[in-house]
Amino acid sequence: MISFTVNGTRHEVDGDPEMPILWYLRDELGVTGTKFGCGRALCGACTVHLDGAPVRSCTTPLRAASGKQLTTIEGLHPEANHPVQKAWREHNVPQCGYCQSGQIMSAAALLARNPRPSDAEILTAMEGNICRCGTYQRILAAIRTAASEV
Amino acid sequence: MARILNLSRRHFLQSTSAATAFVLGAQIAPDVIMAAVRGAEFAQPNHFVRIDRDGTVTITCSRSEMGQGVRTGIPMILADELEADWSRVRIWQAPGDPEKYDPAGKDKQNTDGSRSTRHHFTVMRELGASAREVLERAAAEQWGVDPGEVRARHHRLHHDPSGRSLDFGEVVETAADLEIPDYQDGARPALKTEGEWKYIGKSMPVVDNHDMSAGTATYGADVRVPGMKIAVVARPPVYRGRALKFDATDALKIPGVERVIEIPPLPADQPAEFRALGGIAVVGTNTWSVTRGREALKIEWDSGPFGSFESETFDDALRRAAANAASVIRHRGDVDAALAEADQVVEAEYFVPFFTHAPMEPPVALVDATRKPVRVWAPTQAPTETRQYVAEALGMDMADVECNVTLLGGAFGRKSKPDFACEAAILSREIGAPVRVQWTREDEIRHGYYHGASAQYLKAGLDADGRVTAWHQGAAWPTLFALWNPAQKSGSALEAGMGLVDLPYDRIPNIRIATGETDVMIRVGWYRSVNNIQHAFATNSFAWELARATDRDPVDLMLELIGDAETLDLGKDGVEEIWNYGDSIEDWPIMPKRLANALRIVARESGYGRSLPDGHGLGVACHRSFHSYVATAVEVAVAADGTLSIPRVDVAIDCGRYVNPEGVRKQMEGACIYGHTLARHGKITTKSGAVQQSNFHDYPVTRMSDGPLDVRVHLIDDYVHLRPCGVGEPGVPPYAPALANAIFEATGKRCRSLPITRDDIVS
Repeated sequence: MISFTVNGTRHEVDGDPEMPILWYLRDELGVTGTKFGCGRALCGACTVHLDGAPVRSCTTPLRAASGKQLTTIEGLHPEANHPVQKAWREHNVPQCGYCQSGQIMSAAALLARNPRPSDAEILTAMEGNICRCGTYQRILAAIRTAASEV
Repeated sequence: MARILNLSRRHFLQSTSAATAFVLGAQIAPDVIMAAVRGAEFAQPNHFVRIDRDGTVTITCSRSEMGQGVRTGIPMILADELEADWSRVRIWQAPGDPEKYDPAGKDKQNTDGSRSTRHHFTVMRELGASAREVLERAAAEQWGVDPGEVRARHHRLHHDPSGRSLDFGEVVETAADLEIPDYQDGARPALKTEGEWKYIGKSMPVVDNHDMSAGTATYGADVRVPGMKIAVVARPPVYRGRALKFDATDALKIPGVERVIEIPPLPADQPAEFRALGGIAVVGTNTWSVTRGREALKIEWDSGPFGSFESETFDDALRRAAANAASVIRHRGDVDAALAEADQVVEAEYFVPFFTHAPMEPPVALVDATRKPVRVWAPTQAPTETRQYVAEALGMDMADVECNVTLLGGAFGRKSKPDFACEAAILSREIGAPVRVQWTREDEIRHGYYHGASAQYLKAGLDADGRVTAWHQGAAWPTLFALWNPAQKSGSALEAGMGLVDLPYDRIPNIRIATGETDVMIRVGWYRSVNNIQHAFATNSFAWELARATDRDPVDLMLELIGDAETLDLGKDGVEEIWNYGDSIEDWPIMPKRLANALRIVARESGYGRSLPDGHGLGVACHRSFHSYVATAVEVAVAADGTLSIPRVDVAIDCGRYVNPEGVRKQMEGACIYGHTLARHGKITTKSGAVQQSNFHDYPVTRMSDGPLDVRVHLIDDYVHLRPCGVGEPGVPPYAPALANAIFEATGKRCRSLPITRDDIVS
């Protein structure tokens, strides 16, 4: 039995402890804001927070969540008004939008541990998140904006 | 011109819904016919704008949203003419039904070819204006005043002489009872003047911004229906291969795996088109289980006819085909004589490899074939063809298949081909439950519709003054038409029409453009910008080489070659078939002066000619595609070890009339990242017929730190009075040659093959 919270709600799982968190969220819970992009922790589309730290849920097994607080894009802010989410809208970041949950979760985790990151620190933190539409320059601008508000 | 008329008196239908709505539709059979219908008049929704009693305006988007902003741009056009308050506008995504939702009547609702805006602009304006006229008349009737005294402004109808006004919602019931004017004999609803536009030409955030930042936007894999199963498919490693036998024993032991089913291989005599090619499917309750189940399958594969396909060998064959290209598709003057007389002859060969699309959302589709009509939910660019091929796979009539279009998590052409929906349909029928087929990243990279590799051989003659007197260009690529005709070895007018036959260097007196033949041994399909990628790369690189071979300024030489002609008449050069992106050459002519203008603007805005730090270079390229004219200036910084960065990019785009300038800028920014990937990273190779790459570690794409982060977009207004042109694709082609030219300026190294590697730069 693995016990953890998802966006504040307690869950107890009796199933396969090796199942990646991504598929538990998407297939078992129907919490679909977290996206599948590569399955090998290469693209960052599936990024969630475990006790506040960004992890790639496509390769992180459920057992790693044991006793921890799991936060997805849906749980970042009750009205989707986390400073990063607001900055995302202010800068019109998304194109197709598919990678943006993961981008936002990576950015929010960065600002939580480093509220005033340099551009170089932003690039390092965001390097694992691919955006094929090519919204990187707006992501950078949005993180700079959000950093002035957290 | 389409005929617009009142289809009939309005129809009073008893709607079970309490709300009465005024609904305006466009029907297309075969002309555009406007009809006022009421509420639930049609069994299926059939309208482009609906106004409810609370004043909510619902505008139909009949094209697929894949990041290009179509769900915002097209409704903006209608809302503007309607005088709607954008904050009270909702967007409704049309299912696949081109007879109802293809107002231009020629696109089958396909979202590709960068054509949505240009094919919707006029009809959306007219629909908005028609609805506005009816609302104005409805208000006039309620007040008992002359309709000429009523004006719609910002979601209200105003009678200025009396100071009265009504909300749109307050006249809906009256409007629903009014006749639409007969727009016959060329008569049209009165359109706003440009100066009256409130939304067209103004930047608007995309309508899905909030959902996309909240994680609540619905993509293909986010749709769930009761009883749904999930499947992954083990596909033959080689194109048109097949499973000889398989053992599912271990797979079926995995909890959550329920069934292992063979999707039969496509019969050898049937072309691939958009059909499912077969494989072994593992079906179960969750993606994790079926993915593990697939790994546990033991399958013996037959490679089929293409097991000997080696891309390395093929590349050499392509180069020979380009060098020996003999099928002349454009001819001016006497190239051989001019080359013989030239003071200097320059030749070069350019190569672009196979690419795959790699949208962040891999292909995925949910099909419920247990009911009739069959239901498909898919992130598809082609809902009509999805219905067509799913129906074929099930042996049904297309009318018995519905296709609901979700948001697309990127597409770039891959999701024009609904093979993945066919797989889900076959499995759903087989197991008697709705099935979602989920492609993994490995599936997407190994079973793509690849951008065809290409080789080009160029040879030019120059006189003693450095003027270009002759231009020969031979090109070879595997044609995407092999999808329908596997034996086709020659390219098509469509592919040659993307920057090859329409070489913009109008001022060269002797021109010969020829194509060579090649076998097609892998699934080739269209990819964002298509053949423009390689043609822009070779043409712009070679022009730069000619300038540097003769100590001329490259931009000056390009401007000299392009000239300033109003239009380019390819017919004079013996071009028999001009594809012109599916549009008439009269409506969208090839205009050298616009290309030259874009080039001059990007040179000015980028500070071309400015002094740069050591190791930096500024390169420029320009290209017409999808009727738009884009010039790109890339500044590169090359370190001693060959690593490079892109401090700045300037893009000048002339896309004629544009609707959402913010959307255009975003497409150009993204096109530079996309262009950077194909210039620096992407490369698909095969060994014994099988694709060797599998995921982002060996098919890398541009990440945040290695692409441009300072792309400055310059929208050109000089020709904004002309028809809208494409935006989604035209930004891609000029990037790679601009980068290659910049690298040459920085290092003196000429890179003629993509992707450009560090070894190319330091060798």
